[in-house]
Amino acid sequence: MSTDTTVEKSGGSGIGPVEGASLYDVDNPAPVIEAPRKRTTKTPRATRGNFEMAAWLFMRLSGVVLVVLVITHLLIQLVLDGGVSKIGFAFVAGRWASPFWQVWDLLMLWLAMLHGANGLRTVINDYAERPNTRLWLKGLLYTATVFTILLGTLVIFTFDPNIR
Amino acid sequence: MATPTMDKVEADAAAASHLITVTFRIRRFNPEVSADATWEDFQLEIDPKERVLDGLHKIKWDLDGSLTFRRSCAHGICGSDAMRINGKNRLACKTLIKDINPAKPITVEPIKGLTVLKDLVVDMDPFFQAYRDVMPFLVTTGNEPTRERLQSAEDRERFDDTTKCILCAACTSSCPVFWNDGQYFGPAAIVNAHRFIFDSRDEAGEQRLEILNDKDGVWRCRTTFNCTDACPRGIEVTKAIQEVKRALITRRF
Repeated sequence: MSTDTTVEKSGGSGIGPVEGASLYDVDNPAPVIEAPRKRTTKTPRATRGNFEMAAWLFMRLSGVVLVVLVITHLLIQLVLDGGVSKIGFAFVAGRWASPFWQVWDLLMLWLAMLHGANGLRTVINDYAERPNTRLWLKGLLYTATVFTILLGTLVIFTFDPNIR
Repeated sequence: MATPTMDKVEADAAAASHLITVTFRIRRFNPEVSADATWEDFQLEIDPKERVLDGLHKIKWDLDGSLTFRRSCAHGICGSDAMRINGKNRLACKTLIKDINPAKPITVEPIKGLTVLKDLVVDMDPFFQAYRDVMPFLVTTGNEPTRERLQSAEDRERFDDTTKCILCAACTSSCPVFWNDGQYFGPAAIVNAHRFIFDSRDEAGEQRLEILNDKDGVWRCRTTFNCTDACPRGIEVTKAIQEVKRALITRRF
């Protein structure tokens, strides 16, 4: 872009050098606006597979799905048919006998854990100021998330109603 | 028929009666004196219909000439005197004393998130770097037309709101995400990208979207609406950011 030429002939008079380029010269009677730091070519570089965009979209979509999943879950577990007092090993075993509720709970587990973990990830990004603090907090977060998801999935798939 | 002397006395009495005593509590910082910033109180008689900037002028001109702040046009156009007044980012030249409860001390601080150089003056370089990064200029291909680039009224209306930006940094320095590490592009840069992305005459919308798709681009926006609240021009900043997000997902703009 034209910035390079401006820098070369920066001998022109002006108020003073701003970031290596003089403010004005014969060809630029108005202040020079420097080109951006990166990406001056026509086709911009793709940025990390747009992970941030995927994460942002996931938050919205999983949020909508979770509203249905969680409210129904809470209704069944805590409100309908006797309320919380009915919950016991037998009740859970009875529900997990159906593949429908297995898939329901699995979906809820994965979506809720990833939704929550991604929310905490952004909180850490926004509030942890030192790189080391960030690293450790995120390490802790990811470990806990993976552990919980794997353990929950294992339980749903290997649940044995006849356990002693 | 009253004598001129009588007139003057009456006028003086009338003029004095509407003045009120206001305390300005100003965040002072001078790196040549002390590494710490301190609060300093100034008491002055002022008309409540005057602006905070007039109060600052009175202090600088009559009480303490070392008080440092930026202002150029003093009429809400140049965007030099954004500061944190009573905990909210405003332009000192557009804020009337009577509107911000002069019964209590009026706190005046530099805007947050940018390095304070002296008193109310901050280093605006990171702010303008983010502005430059979104390429805030018309980009076109092909031969230059021999006349103006025409545009329909509807096409102009599409980005009308974001053309109002005066680059005062009130929005960016009210953004809690920007406060953290200053790497986020900030509302002002996104508003100015929006102004060109949605301009039918511009051809670099895709490029600007890709720049704002960055790790520190629009996806760091948490829609806290601080920027919309802070904007002295009444730009719907958060809405503009959301429109850029939508354009990034649908690639329609």
